[in-house]
Amino acid sequence: MSLYIDIPEDKEQLPSLKTGQGKLAWMASVDHKQLGIMYLWLALVFFVIGGLEAMMIRAQLALPNNDLISPELYNQIFTMHGTTMIFLVLMPASIGLGTYLIPLMIGANEMAFPRLNAFSFWMTCLGGMLLYFSFFAGGAPDAGWFNYAPLSENNYSSTQGVDYFLVGLILTGIGSIGAALNFITTVLTLRSPDIKLNMLPLFVWMIFVNAFLMLAAFPLLNAGLFMMLIDRQFDAHFFLASTGGSAILWQHFFWAFGHPEVYIIALPAFGIISEVIPVFSRKPIYGYKFVAASSIAIALLSYSVWAHHMFTVGLSNTVNAFFAISSMLIGIPTGLKIINWIGTMHKGSIRLTTPMLWAMAFLICFTFGGLTGISFAIVPITWQLTDTYYLVAHFHYVFLGGSLFGLFAGIYYWFPKMSGRMLCSKLGKWHFWLFVLGFNLTFFLQHVLGVLGMPRRIFTYPDLPYWKVLNMLATLGAVMMFVGMAIFFWNIYKTLKKPRTVGENPWDAWTLEWATPSPPELKNFDEIPRVHSRRPLWDINNPDNPDKKLN
Amino acid sequence: MKNKGKLIMLIFIFSETFFFIALIIAYVYYRNFSDTTDTVAKSLDAVRAGIFTLFLIASSGTLILSKKALQKKNYKIFKLFMGLTIVLGSVFTFGQITEYIGLYQKQITLSQDIFGSSFFTLTGFHGLHVILGLIALAILFFLSFGKMKTVTIAGIDGVDVYWHFVDVVWLFVFYFVYITPLL
Repeated sequence: MSLYIDIPEDKEQLPSLKTGQGKLAWMASVDHKQLGIMYLWLALVFFVIGGLEAMMIRAQLALPNNDLISPELYNQIFTMHGTTMIFLVLMPASIGLGTYLIPLMIGANEMAFPRLNAFSFWMTCLGGMLLYFSFFAGGAPDAGWFNYAPLSENNYSSTQGVDYFLVGLILTGIGSIGAALNFITTVLTLRSPDIKLNMLPLFVWMIFVNAFLMLAAFPLLNAGLFMMLIDRQFDAHFFLASTGGSAILWQHFFWAFGHPEVYIIALPAFGIISEVIPVFSRKPIYGYKFVAASSIAIALLSYSVWAHHMFTVGLSNTVNAFFAISSMLIGIPTGLKIINWIGTMHKGSIRLTTPMLWAMAFLICFTFGGLTGISFAIVPITWQLTDTYYLVAHFHYVFLGGSLFGLFAGIYYWFPKMSGRMLCSKLGKWHFWLFVLGFNLTFFLQHVLGVLGMPRRIFTYPDLPYWKVLNMLATLGAVMMFVGMAIFFWNIYKTLKKPRTVGENPWDAWTLEWATPSPPELKNFDEIPRVHSRRPLWDINNPDNPDKKLN
Repeated sequence: MKNKGKLIMLIFIFSETFFFIALIIAYVYYRNFSDTTDTVAKSLDAVRAGIFTLFLIASSGTLILSKKALQKKNYKIFKLFMGLTIVLGSVFTFGQITEYIGLYQKQITLSQDIFGSSFFTLTGFHGLHVILGLIALAILFFLSFGKMKTVTIAGIDGVDVYWHFVDVVWLFVFYFVYITPLL
């Protein structure tokens, strides 16, 4: 009789679409590759919904004194647009790429906890569905994506929308924490014995650092969400100033989560860029150690900048000065990373493929978004420009120009690995140019609109000088992005109907995922290639000229 | 680290720590930085809560002993101390439930005012964690009786770390909620 044995979990065959039969296998699967793809589909579905909401906003704002959408609906739409894009598009897309690629890149056959992996996905998925169920339950949440009290409290809401917001985000938050736990344990316990931590591909490293950020940020959000839920459901008083509570405390909780969240969304994109740029410049990354270490600096600093979202609250000058300085500090490691990526491209033999185009657009647009971000660290500029379209333009440059462009680069780059088919490069370039030009048309002009004084979140506006033409052009840009996205979907649809033709390593890349067939078998590796440097496949293909040995 | 069960539980409690920090901050913030006076503190019985705290601390000790017995393959002692851990944890939960009933009889409720809200939320979330830990302990305990006489290393190490964490969190809650008003 043995009471104390180590049961090896991964010897048995785990459920997956390739082992099970029928549609239920989709729900039972714990295969990391399939879950990664399901995360990406989830993100894509919600991207369509969130994108349509954005189009509704732009249609309403195209003309002054427009009454296409009622003010009540407009509030719901912009709230749902922001919440969807952040929690149900950028998060699951980043987590999905991580789930798919981390075991492949470190020479593992599964995540450390495959069932937890499935649990995380379904939590995120159910959270999203619950959030959208609010439309059928009387009305969607309408207090903005940061859901400030007291506007989000009972006395100011006519529907249950905010309750659905709270419960939905608690669920997606639990899902994200589960994914983060899995990423860290996988990287620490399942690496191929050859791979030391300083040899991790930068994408893996960024997701690894990011996982710690998620673990520390989401509990703060969830605590705040629970308090507000208790406020709304059980008549507690946490954020109700009229009965002794503090609305400011909600802002602290939300932004103590919310600013790290910006980096949680940006770091995976940094990781993608750090894989794509070296491969298509045919050079190893410039300053690997610096890129890796500066991510840790970003992660730590991101916890000391949250109150720059609250400069207008009336905290003391000392507090404002502290957060202004730390917000400028965090620009340094981020800005230097840009130099690293440009340094990688310098004198490289650059191949202008679709992923590389997205990576270069990322460099330009993200830098611009970062600069307007620095301008917001200056307290008087925030006082002047907060809650105007200048702010809207700034964070769209960060979220789209930064995270989304990075994710597009990643999707074009790894699509052949995931599906065995290459996305059409001609359509890809149409998608790229329409989207990037449309993006800059819409959001560059919104900086000007903001300086002219147009506030965000107003459902219509009077016909003031320049407002009409700038808004019309912004809507035109949104239409260009919409067409670009339609081409992207057409491209995916058309490509998926073709037979599988791609070999193991179509881009001539260097990391371990490209040593598996495209798409990989259910068991990733029968034998893992020996790894001696950060570019194992380079060493194998160029035995005369290998990289410096690191182990 | 090879033991992934212990590792994931360690990083999980790292995450949980932030959750409880947020709840404790709320309580401390309302007590020290708002104009209202703490209405709950004067109705709390710190001595009574202190006695129940001792039960929770003792349960951490018995869990250590039971784990040591398991490593020495001394299954009887393992079962004895594991059972004792569950009893001690249950006594603590019983103490918390009776305290809640007493407070509600004195009209101190969740919706009464800001201190009612934060007291019941903070101690309630901790209580939920205790109950969850008790369920996990009970599963390990009953597994050692049934046909499946196997306890995975991951299982016992994970539950072990979790239970000590719940214990330590309570010490902070006890200090901030029961002790600081007396200082």
